[in-house]
Amino acid sequence: MAKELLKGNEAFAEAAIRAGVEAFFGYPITPSTEFLEHMARRMPKLGRAFVQAESEVAAINMVYGAACTGKRVMTASSSPGVSLMMEGISYIAGTEVPAVIVNVMRGGPGLGNIAPSQGDYYQMIKGGGHGDYFPIVLAPATVQEAVDYISLAFDLAEKYLSIVHVVVDGNMGQMMEPAELPPMREISDEIPEWAVRGAKDRDPNILTSIYIDPEDEEITNLRLLRRWKEVEKNEVRFQEYQMDNPEILVIGFGTAGRVASSAVRDARAEGIPVGLLRPITLAPFPEGRLEELCDQVQRILVVEMNSGMMLDDVQKIVKGKVPVEFYGRLGGVTPLPDEILDEIRRVSKNEGEISGDPRDEWMDRLEKMRTGDQ
Amino acid sequence: MEETSIIISGFGGQGTLFAGQVLAYAAMDNGYEVTWIPSYGPEMRGGTAHCTVIISETLIGSPLVRYPDIVLALNLPSVDKYEPLMPENGVLIANSSLVNREFERQEIRTLLLPANQIAEDIGMSRLANMVMTGSMVKMEPILTMEMIKAALEEHIPERHRETLSMNYKALERGYAFAEKELG
Repeated sequence: MAKELLKGNEAFAEAAIRAGVEAFFGYPITPSTEFLEHMARRMPKLGRAFVQAESEVAAINMVYGAACTGKRVMTASSSPGVSLMMEGISYIAGTEVPAVIVNVMRGGPGLGNIAPSQGDYYQMIKGGGHGDYFPIVLAPATVQEAVDYISLAFDLAEKYLSIVHVVVDGNMGQMMEPAELPPMREISDEIPEWAVRGAKDRDPNILTSIYIDPEDEEITNLRLLRRWKEVEKNEVRFQEYQMDNPEILVIGFGTAGRVASSAVRDARAEGIPVGLLRPITLAPFPEGRLEELCDQVQRILVVEMNSGMMLDDVQKIVKGKVPVEFYGRLGGVTPLPDEILDEIRRVSKNEGEISGDPRDEWMDRLEKMRTGDQ
Repeated sequence: MEETSIIISGFGGQGTLFAGQVLAYAAMDNGYEVTWIPSYGPEMRGGTAHCTVIISETLIGSPLVRYPDIVLALNLPSVDKYEPLMPENGVLIANSSLVNREFERQEIRTLLLPANQIAEDIGMSRLANMVMTGSMVKMEPILTMEMIKAALEEHIPERHRETLSMNYKALERGYAFAEKELG
């Protein structure tokens, strides 16, 4: 199929349709609204379900109910909307039914703003809802990658009876970029054995997240953990760029990762031996690969559009073997390539140890830069 | 051209976002990598609206830049904002119908173009965006006039299709003005 120039949100929604999503429930919120609008236009025409619910709380509970029928279901929202959904997300996780949730992240906390951000990292990666569960988190960085990974998200959700979060930021939702959409997938008639669709001629299935007896809940928690271990083993995905003997390793995901790739290209042109690791699965994190790279590089620079949330995960894996530095922009500000290039140059000359939290020095640098900016 | 960044900036309603889309379509249709990203903040309502278009022969990393290679500034705030950010040899085209000052930078390539006036002469004031685009093709031919016209024909919204020939005319008048001014 030929490439089309598509707005991110619309491309993501169409990708979900092509992947066979049969029900969408949501509530509009910038910068993800075009996702819902595309669903509103397309789903009824295809004889599939679209509901603009009265709130995000209602929408996620509709997703919960519909997921129990074994159909492909999803919602899409943006940071404050996803916060509202957290209770329902935990119930879905506890019931072990598949669901895909797209979060087009924006600046926060609170009402924040509608500008692009990666400030929901902790909420998305560490669970967000209550209780012991492990969402799969995919973080594509281009419209094409998001189209491909939304399709994968449904497959993973079904394979592991899991929540799959697809996280992008406002830049990705709003930008246009050529992408090739997959062909329309045939909707399967197969009903998963666990689904509740009427129990004629068989024993009823029971889907619930209530386990009154803690022993039963513990068994469920263990099952979720075992399943997560399988995810960790099988589903790690990442991309590397300019990894010809790098001395400096830049790590960034989503928009921050792709902006960093421009800076890495320019730094290489200046002769700085730098490469980029861009995790696509934030959960499971490409832990094994990062451990390997620790033996090859002299310094690591983590770049994010938040206050250093992935930084914590990186440091946990690096275990102090290599100095880790940080550069982030906050509150809905997207870093530009020249900022990251300056950071790479700085890191390439900095041979000292990093004492304490790398955020401390970064905050000083950012504040200095900001006063110079104004 | 390895990679060229273009910012089209003006007031909301001046067609800056659409002009950027036309460039993006033309680039895609001719085999280039391209990104188009709008300003989508609340500033759009009646304030400024701009988009960044990156056209490249290779995969595009950042869809945003600080120092754009080309700027089409349809109003004064856009000239004020981007003139100091232009790289050496950058192209800055300003809509002199709404910009009542000369450029300060000497070492960049500039053009003052009465885009509103030219568009009104054609009979459609909203075509200032296409006049600006036409002059850009003359000053920095990363895409040809034929490519842009073909993209317009292919992607102009149906409700505006009857204005296609006027769009062409606006592109040509912008091109001709730049040719006359710059030789």
